[in-house]
Amino acid sequence: MIMETNVYSKSITAWGAEHPETVVLSADLGTSCEIMEFKKNYPDRYFSLGIAEQNMIGWAAGLAREGFLPYLHSFGVFLYRRVLDQVEMSVAYGNLPVGLVGFVPGLTTPGGVSHQSTNDIGTLRSVPNMRIYSIADATDIEGFLPMAYEAGGPFYVRMFRKSVPRLFPANEPIQFNHARIAAEGSDVALFTENIATEEGLKAVKVLQNHGVSVQMLSVSTLKPFTDPQVVDALKKAKYGAVTYENHNIIGGLGTCVAEVMAENGIGKPLIKVGVDDLYTHGASKMFLLKKYNVDAMSCIKAVEKLIGKDLGIEESEIEAVRFEDFNGVA
Amino acid sequence: MAKKTYTNEEIQRTANKIRKQVLKFAIERGGCYITQTNSSAEILATLYLDVMNLGDSLGDPDGIPFPGVPGPDNMDFPRGSLYNGPTQAPYDRFFLSPAHYACTLYCTLFAVGRVSETGIERFNKDGWIFEQIGAEHSPGFETTAGSLAQTISVACGHAHARKLKGEEGTIWCFMSDGELEEGQLWEAIQAAAFYKLDNFVLVCDINGQQIEGPTKEIMNTQPLYDRFTAFGAKTVEIDGHDIQAIKDACRTAHPGQPLVVLCNTKPTHGMPFLDHRTERLHFVNVKTPEQIAEAKAFYDSME
Repeated sequence: MIMETNVYSKSITAWGAEHPETVVLSADLGTSCEIMEFKKNYPDRYFSLGIAEQNMIGWAAGLAREGFLPYLHSFGVFLYRRVLDQVEMSVAYGNLPVGLVGFVPGLTTPGGVSHQSTNDIGTLRSVPNMRIYSIADATDIEGFLPMAYEAGGPFYVRMFRKSVPRLFPANEPIQFNHARIAAEGSDVALFTENIATEEGLKAVKVLQNHGVSVQMLSVSTLKPFTDPQVVDALKKAKYGAVTYENHNIIGGLGTCVAEVMAENGIGKPLIKVGVDDLYTHGASKMFLLKKYNVDAMSCIKAVEKLIGKDLGIEESEIEAVRFEDFNGVA
Repeated sequence: MAKKTYTNEEIQRTANKIRKQVLKFAIERGGCYITQTNSSAEILATLYLDVMNLGDSLGDPDGIPFPGVPGPDNMDFPRGSLYNGPTQAPYDRFFLSPAHYACTLYCTLFAVGRVSETGIERFNKDGWIFEQIGAEHSPGFETTAGSLAQTISVACGHAHARKLKGEEGTIWCFMSDGELEEGQLWEAIQAAAFYKLDNFVLVCDINGQQIEGPTKEIMNTQPLYDRFTAFGAKTVEIDGHDIQAIKDACRTAHPGQPLVVLCNTKPTHGMPFLDHRTERLHFVNVKTPEQIAEAKAFYDSME
């Protein structure tokens, strides 16, 4: 698997070159959020607002109302949980083009519960006008800023930094409200987002080796959630659906899919894999994914339960899946 | 066209007209935000008639039905800011933070001729824009300000943007003293000083009252002069009922710094019949026969 580095950094810097109205705001986490290259290139468009996120949200609203495109950078938790009222009243109500770029989503930080955004999707889904995105790989990041700009309005995104896998072809950019078909199959519909996409691809490969056919969708737009491909996948799946997310199983991707199933009268079982409505603690990513049953094996177990078969899959099989470059079918 | 100038006497008459209209509502409707009006009438009248550089109103003087909330399909609705004239430089912009001063603001717009008699009678009428707690469609409002101390950050963003674009004009923000208890205010002042926003002025109505009682007994915020000064703002403290003092204070030079004008006021100023009702002054009820009688008697005595 190819790993890329500084993908967001290159992306926001290039965006700044194309769009002179772009301004970058930081709440003292710029060095942790890949915006120092932007600062180096455009020092007069980089604004430090200090460790004072509430004011930063309103300040950005004022800049947006004057024609600027503000992109706010911090760890995800500090851009929705600490500042929810400011996000709602100062930004979302006005449908202002303010971007909230939230790093270290979910369990991807050893920072512990204060730094882990495990209910960002659920919290922000109930905020009118807000668009919610989650990126899964380097290709998603590269196409993200143009896509979000085209979609308009305020957004929150679960963003990656440092070393990021390239799972999807570089010439197939992320699309608004349009999931990637990451695998074709008819036994089970598997929906993933964020790091669960990479883990889900491993799980699917092992499941395919055991004769299970999976339709896998990597979802990058969580709100709106009206992609017709979701219904198609659910209708096609013989046994039902599994959702797999780097988030609380309440309010996130699992809830989005459950609502679509209910609204479309799709009477099939759904198993939600994610953080089981718990506060979590700080440790390495893979340790946390295993501990909280959000790893590839947990996804496999959910599929086994859905199809009613114990396939006897060992952990070593997942480790043995040498993940080559992914070739998307759609 | 040269801007019309107003004497202090004319501004005082306008302040009295604001009070009289709010008292009328209180008598007709069982109560109103009277004390906020009493404390701020001179401040708002002076800002609108003398201090701020505003163009003519672009709003419908009679008001309009509620035009819907902002959203992907509704971004071009008539904004409350239209009543303050063009929002572009070189004009000033006015941001009212405590949205429960909505009635006072509408009555100010009425008293200065930006809202008609027909319009002001639509205050708090279902389906119209003159809501009891205003939002950005309400006359005179720039922001959705009901959650306190958020507007100053938005206003500072505007001031910062104007500096970045090299545009003239001052961004005025009005706050009441109760909301100075919010942490966000101090984050905003800290940043306004850091970015040297000398095109930004915060005018505070220090009436010493909040919902549960006198501010100093609920959560003391004094010494405000020392606090704002320590945070990096040029600060002046005046009698908020002295029109000349308001004019002078708002023209204090403040190069490289935001300006904060602390207006010490009295919640019963101009309505001495309320002096004996000092316990709960956030929303003054005019409901009992005695309350109605004393309010009516005073109303009839107003010029």
